[in-house]
Amino acid sequence: MNRMEWLANLTPTQQFVLFSVVKIIFAVAILMPIIAYAVLVERRLCAFIQDRVGPNRVGPFGLLQPLADGAKAILKEDFTPEHVRKVYYWLAPALCMIPALLTLAVIPFGSNLGNSNNRMVIADLNVGILYTFGIVSLGVYGIVLAGYAANSKYSFLGGIRSSAQMISYEIAMGMSVIPVFMLVGSLNLSAVIDYQAGRIPDPETGRLIQHSSGLLSWLVFKQPLAFLIFLVAAFAETNRLPFDLPESEQELVGGYNTEYSSMKFALFFMGEYANVILSSAMMVTLFFGGWTLPVFGLEQPADSLGKGLLHIGIFLGKMAAFLILFIWVRWMLPRFRYDQLMDLGWRRFIPLALANIVVTAILLWVRA
Amino acid sequence: MQDVLFYCFAALTILCGFMVVANPWSRNPVTSAMFLVLTIVSLAGLFTLLHAFFLAAVQVLVYAGAVMVLFLFVIMLLDLKEEARRKIRGFGMISGGIAVAAVFGIIFKTLVFDTPRLSAGLSAPNLEGVTKPLGETLFTRYLLPFEILSVLLLVAMVGVILLSKRDLR
Repeated sequence: MNRMEWLANLTPTQQFVLFSVVKIIFAVAILMPIIAYAVLVERRLCAFIQDRVGPNRVGPFGLLQPLADGAKAILKEDFTPEHVRKVYYWLAPALCMIPALLTLAVIPFGSNLGNSNNRMVIADLNVGILYTFGIVSLGVYGIVLAGYAANSKYSFLGGIRSSAQMISYEIAMGMSVIPVFMLVGSLNLSAVIDYQAGRIPDPETGRLIQHSSGLLSWLVFKQPLAFLIFLVAAFAETNRLPFDLPESEQELVGGYNTEYSSMKFALFFMGEYANVILSSAMMVTLFFGGWTLPVFGLEQPADSLGKGLLHIGIFLGKMAAFLILFIWVRWMLPRFRYDQLMDLGWRRFIPLALANIVVTAILLWVRA
Repeated sequence: MQDVLFYCFAALTILCGFMVVANPWSRNPVTSAMFLVLTIVSLAGLFTLLHAFFLAAVQVLVYAGAVMVLFLFVIMLLDLKEEARRKIRGFGMISGGIAVAAVFGIIFKTLVFDTPRLSAGLSAPNLEGVTKPLGETLFTRYLLPFEILSVLLLVAMVGVILLSKRDLR
């Protein structure tokens, strides 16, 4: 009781700051182990696909491998080559990691913990999706500056490729989600989840009205083309195979990260995995109902602590499924050629996304 | 709190803007471009303080995320060694100073002399917060300027294609 009194005595601003700080610490504390274990899953899964065993020596089933990897990254010599541009060389790995962490702020990773005041999203922005795209578009600087800082041909080519690729696919990605927001009528990510759970705001009063919902109200079934374009663009934006041209080992040695070692090198990979995780989270939120499930009343916001935790679990579960998809595709498909990549982005996806916007607009117009 | 943030972002904007054009330590074009990115991001911070979240997000998305990446792309491809060696010239400083003073004069005149007269008959459109009022204003009250602006962009695009293709047909 004493504890609750202390909490109730705080002003609303203090409570808001306290809850935000707790949520930030909680979210980052969840994200970091997921990054570490995504690497482990990647290595194990690729080993199984290639009929090998994979890392299984450290701990049971190799579950402590991330600890060994981390220790290795820290203990290796942090070598700075003579010919690099020092300031950018230090800045680039950080710039790779920061945008990925910033995107986390707007993802609704759960409903609430029994009390409808503290919703499980760090910042419920009304322009959530634009914020995400803005921050994701800043992510390219880390790679471009790494290529520039290294002052060597391979890295430079990697940086140049990355900037061209990410700009191209950002357009397709941004346009692919416009139909989603035409249907939902809001740029807020919580509103997208509400829509998918059948809670649609009344046009006059603005209050949420529960409509009948089911699996088919998930936006992936209403906008399959948008989802497809978003998925492929997400692969290109995160530099994953089949679009990993900025680092393609066979042509560019390692691309933009060739001149890096130790923790700086590891930061690039942590940034990449963080980006993969957050694109998975975005896809779950935009197309797969976020933390909701259309069974057992799980599409309603939680009214107890256990249900709140279950919602977070559902969200993490859906996200893990996408992570596995990312990893699986990497070991299944060969790399695109550069001209094929550009052709796919500019001459296939952008016209398709535009057509999707027009068709959705006409459908909405006919229905209205 | 808001005031402190405003002064922080305003100081950052001006400082980074100064570093774009007159960085005394480095004449590297890439450094200038990166400071321009910082200027844009701090401007987005100022928009956020005005509750113009849409403008702030679009500012970062379009300028910092797309336009400046293209700038960087071109700068890196051109390999501007000569520009990096060039010193700050007196003429540039003087003409720049005059331009800044002129802009300040215009803003000062608007704020002190014209604001009472203009704000009497004109109600400012409500553009705060959500995207809807902004879109409605753009597509009703300011439709013509909006469309003219897009034609201007089209003209620029056609012009670039014309200039880059010396031998048409």
